Order: sequence, then C-alpha cells, then structure tokens
Amino acid sequence: MKKLMLGNEAIARGAYEAGVRVSSAYPGTPSTEINENIACYEDIYSEWAPNEKVAVEVALGAAISGVRAMACMKHVGLNVAADPVFTASYTGINGGLVIIVADDPGMHSSQNEQDTRMIAKAAHIPCLDPSNSQECKDFMKIAYEISEKYDTPCLLRLTTRIAHARTVVELGERVELDAKPYVKNPKKYISMPANMIARHIEVEKREIALANDASSMAINKVEMRDKKLGVITSGAAYNYVREALPNASILKLGLVYPLPKDLIFDFASQVEELVIIEDMEPFFEETIKSWGIECSGKEKTGVLGELFARKIAKGFGNKEVEELSLEQLPSRPPVLCPGCPHRPLYYVMNKLKLTVCSDIGCYTLGALPPLSSVDTCICMGASIGMAHGFEKALGREQAKKTVAVLGDSTFSHSGMTGLLNMVYNNSTGTVIIADNSITGMTGHQHNPSSGYDIHGLPAPQVDFEQLCKALGVKDIHVVDPFDIKLMEKTLREATSKDELSVIISKSPCALIIKQTEKPYQCDTDVCKQCYMCMRIGCPAIQKVENGVRVDETLCFGCGLCANVCPFGALKNT
Amino acid sequence: MINIVIVGVGGQGTLLTSKLLGDIGLNIGYDVRVSEVHGMSQRGGSVITYVRLSNDLPLYSSLVEYSEADIVLAFESLEALRALPYLKKGGKMIVNSQEILPMPVIVGAAEYPKNIIENLHERADVKAINATEITSECGTAKAANVVLLGVLSKLLPFSYGEWIDAIKNNVKPQFVDINIDAFNRGMEF
Ligand SMILES: Cc1ncc(C[n+]2csc(CCOP(=O)(O)OP(=O)(O)O)c2C)c(N)n1
Repeated sequence: MKKLMLGNEAIARGAYEAGVRVSSAYPGTPSTEINENIACYEDIYSEWAPNEKVAVEVALGAAISGVRAMACMKHVGLNVAADPVFTASYTGINGGLVIIVADDPGMHSSQNEQDTRMIAKAAHIPCLDPSNSQECKDFMKIAYEISEKYDTPCLLRLTTRIAHARTVVELGERVELDAKPYVKNPKKYISMPANMIARHIEVEKREIALANDASSMAINKVEMRDKKLGVITSGAAYNYVREALPNASILKLGLVYPLPKDLIFDFASQVEELVIIEDMEPFFEETIKSWGIECSGKEKTGVLGELFARKIAKGFGNKEVEELSLEQLPSRPPVLCPGCPHRPLYYVMNKLKLTVCSDIGCYTLGALPPLSSVDTCICMGASIGMAHGFEKALGREQAKKTVAVLGDSTFSHSGMTGLLNMVYNNSTGTVIIADNSITGMTGHQHNPSSGYDIHGLPAPQVDFEQLCKALGVKDIHVVDPFDIKLMEKTLREATSKDELSVIISKSPCALIIKQTEKPYQCDTDVCKQCYMCMRIGCPAIQKVENGVRVDETLCFGCGLCANVCPFGALKNT
Repeated sequence: MINIVIVGVGGQGTLLTSKLLGDIGLNIGYDVRVSEVHGMSQRGGSVITYVRLSNDLPLYSSLVEYSEADIVLAFESLEALRALPYLKKGGKMIVNSQEILPMPVIVGAAEYPKNIIENLHERADVKAINATEITSECGTAKAANVVLLGVLSKLLPFSYGEWIDAIKNNVKPQFVDINIDAFNRGMEF
C-alpha cells in the first residue's frame, strides 16, 4: 500500500516496521511529529521525556537491555543529550539504538544552524541522511542494521525540508524481534577509565571498519550521467542538485559519516570537475579536500541559510535565473494568540520596565513590539542562570529589576537545576514560571505539568509550588496573569525584596481551553482614543478613526483590553 | 507537472489544503511533493506551503521556487502580494480578498498596502473573491479555504468525485456537509 507521508511520519513507520519497542523524545521543530506518530503504534512504548538527555538515556537503557530503541529531537536537543551520546559511543549497545535529529537550515523555527554531521564525527558514531519520506522509512531499518552490526548508536539526521515534506511511501510489515538477552558486562557498560580505555580502541576499530564498508553500502549511490561535472551530495541537497543540474553525474551519500573514501576517490577520478553541494557546513568538502582531491563547494552556495535549486543554478553561473526585485512589504511575524496568558504577564513587565532574561517558548514572542519586553533569549533554561549572572555581576541594587521568565515545559526541561543554584548561592532574584500547563510553541505536547501523558491519558501533574519549596525557595506566589493588578503588585514586591522569589504565572494556553466569554466590542461613544488597548499587542484589535475595532472572529474574550482601558469603553455584554 | 504555492496567515488552514491536494494527487496515481511549515510561523505569521503534482516528469525537490508556480492560492491579500514572485509567466492566482493586519501595521510601524487586488490584476491573471463572506453564509467562516478549493478545481484535472472524496477524508465528519457546500459555491466562480 502507498501513502503520502511526512518525513517524520515515515520515520515513525520505519521504526514500527523495524520492530522498535521503546521511543522517548522531547518535542522540537522540525522533529516533533516523529514521536507523535510513534504514539499511534500500540506495539511501541512511547513517551515524552522532560528533556533530550533523559530521552537518550531512556532509549540507551532500553537498547542495552536488549530491544531496539530510539530517541528523537531537534538539532539543539542533541547538545542537551550530548553527554550520554558521546559515552554511549564507547559502551556500544545491545539492541539497536537510533537517535533521530532534525536540523533546521534556514532557521525556520530555531535559534541556530548547527550541523549534526559535525557531532556525529566528534562522537565517532555513524550518521545517515535521507532525501525523501521513502528513504526516511528505509534508512530507519538500515540504521538499526548498522547499529547492531557495528555495536554503536546510530544517528539519523533530517533537515526541515525532509521532515516536513510529504512524499509517497510504500508501506511494509513489522518484523517482531525477540529481545536480545541482557548479559551483565561491566567492562562494556561501566564507563570507568580502565574500561573505557579498552573501549576507545574498539571505537577506533569500528570507525575504520565502517569507513571501509561504506564504499560498498547500497545507500551510497553513484549515478553516472555527463562526466564533465560530478557532484557529491546528500539529503535535501540531492533533490535540488537533480533539479538544477539534471545532467550532472552524482555521488549521493546515504551514510554521511564516516565517508566512503574509496568510492569518493573512484568517483572523483571519473569526472572532469568535482563539486560538493551540501546544506550548512562544508563537512564533506573539508574532508575530501584533506585527502588531496581537488574540488569546490561552498564558494558556489555559501554556508548561510538553506539550499534550493535556484541558489545552486546561480552558483553554477546559470544566467536564466532572473534576479527578481522584491518589493518592500510589511512583514508578518508570529504573534501571541488572542487570549494568550503570556500577554498580560508581558504587559505588566513592560510597564515596570524590567530587564527580562527570557527563555524559549511562545513567551519569547513578548520580545516583539508593542510588548518589547525581552532582553535575552539563548537556549532552554538559560533565563535562570543568566538572571543570576546579572545579579552576581552587577550586585543586588543594580540587578533588582532583572527577572527570569520561562515556561512550564522549559522549567521541567532545564530550569530546576538553575533554580537550585540560585537557592544554593544566595540569590535575591525573581523567577517567573509562565505556566500555561502545556508545551505550546511546538504544538501542544503534554509534559509533566499538563497532567496527561503522550496518549492523552491522565498522568501525575507536577506541583511547581511544592517543587520550588522543596528546592529551598521560601517566597513563592501563584498568580493568575489576567489579574494584572495583583501581578503588578506581586512583581513590585518580589523585585524589591532581598530574597529569592518565584512567581508562578498560572493560566492555561488559550488554544487548549474552550472559549467561555463573548467577544469584546468598543463603544465608540465612550472611547477617548487613548489607545491604551493597543499596547497589549492583541491581533484582534485594530485602530479605526473613532476608536478601535475588535475582530469578533479572532477575539477570545479574555478581557485584557477591557482591563487596561481607563474609560470602560471595551465591553462584552 | 503542476506547481502550486499556497500562502496565508498561520492558523488559516494552509496545511489542510496542501495535504488534501496531495491526497488527490496520490489517489489518481500522480507523483506528489508537499512541503509544509510547522512550528513558529503557525502563530499568526506568514505561512507558505508548496504542492507539486506530476504524471510525466520526475519530481525531486519539495519546494516551488520563484517564477515556477502554475498556480498561487492565497488566503489573504497581503500574502498574495508577497507571493507574486512565485507565479510563473502565464500562471494564475486565486485570492481571498480578505485583509488581516499584521502586527507591524497594528502598532503603526508599517502601512497595509492599498488597492492590493487592483495591483494584482494589473500584474497577473488573478481571480479574487471574498471567500470569507461566502462562507459566513455557509455557517462557518472556517471553510473559506474550501471555497477557494472550489475555484481552484476549475484549473486542475481532478474529477468532482475525487475532490469530494478528499474533502470527506480530510475534515471531521460533522463538518463534511458545510465544506462540500463551500466547495460547490467556489465552483460557481
Ligand atoms: C533544547 C531544545 N529542545 C527543544 C526546543 C524546542 N522548543 C522550543 S520552545 C519549546 C516549548 C516550550 O514550552 P513551554 O516552556 O511550556 O512554553 P510555551 O511555548 O508553552 O509558552 C520547545 C520544546 C528547543 N528550542 N531547544
């Protein structure tokens, strides 16, 4: 049977067909739909972990116990999980272990353009790179074969245009595999120096064996056409090369680390000109050049942003690619939704002119005008450590107005240790947990604070108040952010106190609750055109000549506009 | 080979529309590429998805690039204007003439362009309709994208039955009738 599948859906299908038993993941665009689709297969145990490090550790435990297991994440998630990954490379596995990592060239939904292939090399583990959904599925099975044959975790790297493209997939059957027996093996699985010195030798041997075998692996394919130009490429870039340079000969790499040296030498010797076309870093190019093979690469496409066929055609001097002069149009950045509980919180922080070390989630959108109240955003969990750093550098007085803001999923992901550090090292700062009880930005995945598991079944819900208390915080407040007066008072007090405070700003995401209130309207007879309501940055409110107009199809009825209106002009009765 | 670009504002249903087109393509034996946008921009930002259907040439890329689109389907006026460079010479554009103000316009940092539809008419083969108004008559403003599909159906080699099957497969059972009604109204244009 054929089906049109997202790359991420096909990864899940591949896992199912490969007999995977355990999958743990933390959401992150563009990888999220993998585990969401895994959850539809009853034969696979799946879960949302609080972060990627935990996800990899769960999968590693499952693999060493003897079954096929996997973990999925976005590229920056692999940084969080790097610690277990680098040492799992030494211990090896028992049942197969595949770690799926989705890179985001072009930064459609990410904070950087890091290239997972570099981490594969640094950790000495193999890495596969599919070009369409069919390959996503097929490469999953190959990844497990490689993992088990070479006793190594295996990376499968996606990019946005593969993860989020639908192409046709031929479905197959699941193979049911018996769990391999687990045998206690301290020399392999206990990472003490004496053991790992011996394991490092195995890692080196394994890598050489893999590199040798790579030249005869079917997923590294030569397509000979015109021999004037030969291109080495992989993944999404392969698709663009086929469209931009239909006559070129191609060496398409399915295994992108380690590289098939013999095959590359052979291919290079058959073509007149050799060019390397790859998304992001000059990863193939540098290695191939280091072998003394003459080639070009990044001078044709650059390292910035994602590749596409026009960019490649232009790099090859194709004059038919006309330059379009694009007109300047107003941009349309993403916004906090109507009814979003982050809006009143940011409105108050903006009013109090706080320095806000924010974090990663929907609430980062509080950075944009008119709320404009974010100073920093680096990576998940960084808000807390950074606010603490501000205080320790500037001293209490000058750092008084500095606060940390992070979401509930982000706090569970990597906020707790930062807060413990604040307690331990005598901070007097203020931490705000913007608790909408869901992982919002990535599309509403459940997490330890939502009260449900990946299947939507009831699960224990973490009590942040108790948790912060247990960590040693004494001044804790739970405030509904739509009560802006109370939020302002609480924030003023917390930021002036010489004591560490946590404010849990608690109100559910507007997209997961039913609208209960009627839309608001502006009574233009009462409105004095002060436009205070425009300062909350609600997409449902527009300025008109004699006041404002509230778009009733957009308005959620949260009432924040009415709350900030000094004249009572906005009503829903 | 047919290249289609679908643009709109996050939350307007470009994903559903592109998936529906892809499903029809698959059902009648075409090769298909659909490229979607998930994540950040879905929160009310500009959204663009690409659909490629072919029963002759092989498809590789899942993107439709500038000057390559046979059809641009736009759910909002400003996004239609932004997507104009994708249209190839002789291509057709279908626009919902609705205007949704982006935040820079709301806060007064930018101005929403005037007379977009007239502007588009001068520069391309454009069919503009107020699909939002039409769907309010059907009982749900949410079906505006399906009205546009009705208009689009005149440009694509799919039978009426294939469209209806795809609608049935892609919308919740309780909304099927409303959506078929919306589709039929679009076909009248
Ligand atoms: C290490 C890492 N993993 C995953 C992501 C993807 N990501 C960005 S925001 C976010 C969710 C944040 O949820 P929460 O903190 O609850 O805030 P909300 O979006 O609900 O406001 C995730 C998972 C990331 N940026 N970095």
